[in-house]
Order: sequence, then structure tokens, then C-alpha cells
Amino acid sequence: MTHVKRLGAALQGAGTVFLLLALVFALILAINPGFFAAPSLMAFLKQAAPLVILAAGQYFVIVSGNFDLSVGALVGAQVVIAARLIDGEESRTVPVMLVMLAFGIGVGLINGLITTVLKVQSFITTLGMLLVLYGAIRLWTGGAPTGALSDAFRTPGRLGIQTPLFQIPWALLIMIGVGAGAIALMRTRFGRILMASGDNELAANRSGARVDTVRTAAFVLSGVSATIAGILIGGFAGVSAQVGEGLEFTVITAVVLGGVALGGGRGTALAAMAGALAIEALFTLFNQMALPATLRPAVQGVIIIAAVAYAARRRIRPALQSTATPS
Amino acid sequence: MQTTRLALAAAAALGLLLATGCTTDTPTEPAEEDASTAESGDEWFVQAEYDEQLAQRDIEPEGDPDTPWLQAIEPEWVDTSQFAREGGDATVCFSNASVSNPWRVTGWITMQEQVKVLQEAGEIGEFRTSDAGDDDDRQISDIQAFVDSGECDALIISPSTTATLTPAVETACASGIPVIVFDRGVNTDCATTFIHPIGGYAYGADAAEFLVDNLEPGSTVLALRILPGVDVLEHRWAAAQEIFGDADLEILGNEFTGGDAAEIKNIVTQYLQRGDVDGIWMDAGDGAVAAIEAFEDAGKPYPVMAGEDELSFLRKWQETGMTAIAPVYSNFQWRTPVLAATMILKGEQVPSEWVLPQEPITEADLDDYLERNADMPSLHYAKFGGEDLPGFPDAWRDR
Repeated sequence: MTHVKRLGAALQGAGTVFLLLALVFALILAINPGFFAAPSLMAFLKQAAPLVILAAGQYFVIVSGNFDLSVGALVGAQVVIAARLIDGEESRTVPVMLVMLAFGIGVGLINGLITTVLKVQSFITTLGMLLVLYGAIRLWTGGAPTGALSDAFRTPGRLGIQTPLFQIPWALLIMIGVGAGAIALMRTRFGRILMASGDNELAANRSGARVDTVRTAAFVLSGVSATIAGILIGGFAGVSAQVGEGLEFTVITAVVLGGVALGGGRGTALAAMAGALAIEALFTLFNQMALPATLRPAVQGVIIIAAVAYAARRRIRPALQSTATPS
Repeated sequence: MQTTRLALAAAAALGLLLATGCTTDTPTEPAEEDASTAESGDEWFVQAEYDEQLAQRDIEPEGDPDTPWLQAIEPEWVDTSQFAREGGDATVCFSNASVSNPWRVTGWITMQEQVKVLQEAGEIGEFRTSDAGDDDDRQISDIQAFVDSGECDALIISPSTTATLTPAVETACASGIPVIVFDRGVNTDCATTFIHPIGGYAYGADAAEFLVDNLEPGSTVLALRILPGVDVLEHRWAAAQEIFGDADLEILGNEFTGGDAAEIKNIVTQYLQRGDVDGIWMDAGDGAVAAIEAFEDAGKPYPVMAGEDELSFLRKWQETGMTAIAPVYSNFQWRTPVLAATMILKGEQVPSEWVLPQEPITEADLDDYLERNADMPSLHYAKFGGEDLPGFPDAWRDR
């Protein structure tokens, strides 16, 4: 019974994000119907794909009761590493991607083990990892990335399958793949344990679930998602010193906007990814409205707080009523 | 009792307010405060400075054109004989604001290579440096530490922000050692010399004039800016607005990108979805290539473009043959302060305000600059002016 109620509550929380998404799209449509023509919609999805993929990774970590603040720095590090190691050589593309994957997994594993084995709060672990990665990359490159990405490396983030009318971006297909994978994973035993360890760690532990293992795995998944996002972002725009900066906050905002509770135990992967899409749509809307650039962060902040507060109200109200009834 | 407690609390609150009011302004704070006014551009526009900088572009600088870092525009020479010191091996100290962007990294390497030459010549003994990481408070204490040590024969300062660092620079001047300020300025002329290229207005004007000259009347221009509230960048935009204001061009918007390539590509892509963009004006070249790629990916013709002398942009420009200009904020200015320090310690005259030349790279000299920097990484600045230093090219290439 509680299970059903919780599912209902989660969906209600998630409902807000779909409402917001619909609202933002409706406004964009009102301002510029041309946005929904296939080519520009595809361009939007291509550009949104990395954040959606990051949101899927971050979702695993948040739902299990942790944070991963290191993803932005990891994305930046991955792009810089790729440029330096590939250095314009086409033949190195695949080996370097494998190195990046190993690096992403390694960073996730370290985050996870420090958090679960050494019992350091994930906020601190990953904040430390953010600084370590940021500093190490600065040290390694002297502040300015060198090298170049190969054309093959840039293909997933920049190109797509050409159809007569428009181009289906590889990034979109990868995003759908990762998204489907994340949703499927949450339906497995692993997903249920992950959710349980975020909801009530003690209960999950007592019932014999390997909480530490799944939490560590969540960090690894986040590291993998940052690697994929890094490949897409690097492919999309090339190397720059600022790549990835501030992404961790955008992605955590996206996940929370999707109705996933900080502290874990509640929310769906689909809604988290929809949250990322909503944020990107919001950026597009601001652009279409030609809102002064200086005003945007403030408007964005208000909308996010309003959306999350609205979702929270909808979630809390039934609970309040149910406690009120017995008395 | 109640009232005394209230009064105490009020006093405490007031004290707290005063205390916070007195703390330093970090670079981001003025950005927020000025966000609304900066939009108009008026806040940052000083007609006299604008006129002066635009005029300086046409003045032939004094000195050898082969060593632009030693040239000066309309110098007023000051006597430095009171700082003259016997024997070489001077201890020169340098308080750096940061090395937080490729432009500063490039310049910092050049400065270190120049110091090596001066050390071998026996003019500089020890070169002490500190990096404040863009933190005003840290730079103030860095400067204080150098002054307190009493071991610096000359102090070079690249201030992180103007107003906040002024008292620290004044303290350094008061200690009696020669002080050399470069890049961003401070609100005092107590320094022995203040070294800088012509400035932001000239930069912005070079870019804007090129667009006006090369675009048909009625064309559309998108302005891409790094962030608001930084004087050198605001001056660039203020000058551009001044020039665009008199021209028949439609300014589609001015967008803050943080210099992030992905952000730039997103923004340009979105503008291209709404309509044609004929020209791109940038207040700094970071991520210029991403803007160009947005046109490629959208299947649109290349815009007329103003970037910067960053190599990635210059290479893309050559490769595509587009119509472009690279305004320059002379990176070679990083060589000048250490040379100035040794001049001052020998009692030689230096200009009180040392205005270095600042010439954009045009179609005509593009190939030349690319050839000279052929081995350099893409986030390197073409006018770094270190080709004749012994560490070239390895020090800049293997950064």
C-alpha cells in the first residue's frame, strides 16, 4: 500500500517537470513556431544530449543518497585528456576513448570507495575530487589545453545520420540508448537496492542488501556518464579551457527539477532526464525571448525554485492530510 | 534591560554591516551590481579615454618596431636615478593576479623566459613570484609579504582588480622600492611605471570598424561576450556600441558565454535558427572556432568575423578563407615589466605610463603570424613576442 502511495507521490513530483517542459515548449512555439521544424529540433536535442546523459548518471548517485559534484571537472578533464592524447591523429581515436572510459570508471570507483569504505560524506569526497581534477589538469596543461581532437572523435557529438530532410544526430541516438539503459537498470534488482539504500540505509542493510556495493556502482555509472558526455561535448564544440565548468550544478539542478529528492530514495530516471531537457529548453526559451543575458540566471533561479516548491507542495499535501485524519 | 539588549544587538549588526562593507570586492561582485547598468554601456564609457585610445592607434610608437615590447606611444620619460643600484643580481618580485586563462598562461611563460635571459646576464639574481589565483585578498597579502620581507629590489604587480588593489599598491610605493604595474591598472599613479597596451576601447573599435567596413548596410551582427563587469572587456563592448550606433547594422543581441566553446556554439546555433547572422563581434577570441563551426553545421555561409590572435582562430580563418580580423590585446606586454625593472635599477629613464602598441592582425599579415607560430598549440597567442628568446619554441610548445 505504502509502495503504491510512494509511487504515486514520485509520479506527482515528476509530473511537475513534464508540466514545465510542456509549458516551456508551448512558449517557444508561441514565439517561434520555426523551432519545431525538424532541423532545429534536432539541433536542440543534439545540444541537450550531454546534459541528459549526465543527468542519468547523477540520478543513480542522488537516488542512492549521495552527490557527485565531480562530474563537471571530470567532463573537462576528459576533453583535455582526449585532445592531448589524440593530438589530431585519427588512428588514436578509439584507443583514447577506451583510456577515457577507464579514467571515468576509475574516478567513479575512487569516489565510491572513499564514500562507502572511508565513510567520507559524498559531498566532501566529490568536492575534493572536483578540486583534484581541476588542479591536476591545470598542472598537466599549464592552464591551456594542447593538442587537437580527431575528426572521428568529433563525429558522435557533431554529426549524425543524414536523411533527405534533416540529420538525426548521433548524440540523440546515444542519449536514447543511455536513457533506455538507465530506465531498464532501475527495474533490475540493482535498481531496487539502489533506491532502498537511498530511502532507508539501515533497513536496506538489515535486510541484507549490499548498500556499499550499489552505491559505489552508482558513482562508477556517474563516471561513465561523464565520459560519454565528455565525448559528446568535446565533439560538439572542440577543446577549450572552460569546458565542463559549472556543469555539476546544472546537472544536479536538472535532477532535482525532475522531482528526484536530494538525500535519495525517491524519483525516476526518466524524470531526471526530463529535468535536464527542461533546463536546456529554458535556455532556448530565454534565447528566443531575447531576454537580456544578465537577467537570465535570476529568472532561471526563480523558475527552478518555483517548480521544485510546487512539486514539493503536491507531494506533502496528501501526507499532511493522512496524519491529520487519525486525530 | 530590553532596550539595552536591543541597542547592543543593533550595534553588533551595524558593526557586521560595516565590516562586510569594508571587505574587498571580488571580480564577480561588481559584475552583479552593475549587471543592469552595464547593459546600457554608459557606465563603462568615458569619452575622453575612448578618443585618446582611438587616436593612439594612429600614433607611431617610439622605439624599434622589431621589439614592440620596448616601444612606447607618446612616452613621458621619468627619472629613476634614485632607484639606481650598484652591482647586478637584483631580487625582483612579481605579484601575479592569476594564470587562469590561456592568454595569461602564454604571457607568464614569456615573462619567465625573459627573466632567464636577464638572470644569465647577471642583472636579475632571484625572481620571486606569487600567484593570487584571482583572489584580491590573497594578492593584497602577497604584496604585503613582499614589502615586509624587505628583500625585493623591485616589485612588479599585475593587479587582479582595479579599486581593491589600489591601497596595496600604494603601500608598496611607500616602502621606497620601484613598483611596476602592468595589464590592468590601479587608481594611483604612485607606481614608477604603468605598462599596458593601448586598451579595451581600441580593441573593441578595431573589431567593430572592421565589421562596419566589410558588411553591407542593414546586415545583422551578433555580439559574443565573455562576462559582464570586467573593465577591459566592458570597454571593448562600449567602443563597439559607439561605432555600431553610427552604422547601419542590426545588432541581434549581445550574449555572455563565459568563453565556453559549447555555450558559444549553442547560442550561435540558436541565432541561426531564428535567421541569418552576417557578422560576429567578440570581446575576446576564446571559443571563436566554435562560433564558426555553428555556421558550418547549420549549412550557412561564413560570417564576417572579429576574433582574437589566438591560434585556433587564426588557423580556422586561414583554412576557411573567411573575411576576418584578429584584434590584439598585446600579449608581449608580459616581457616589458621585467625589462623595465632592470632599466629602473640601472637608473635609466622609463615612461611613466608605458603604452605599448596594439595592432590587429589582418588578412595581410595572417600567413606571416601563422608561419612564425607553426609549432605552437592552438590556445597560444600569435603576438606573444617571444620568438627571439632562447627558450623558443620549446617553452611555449611543451607547456
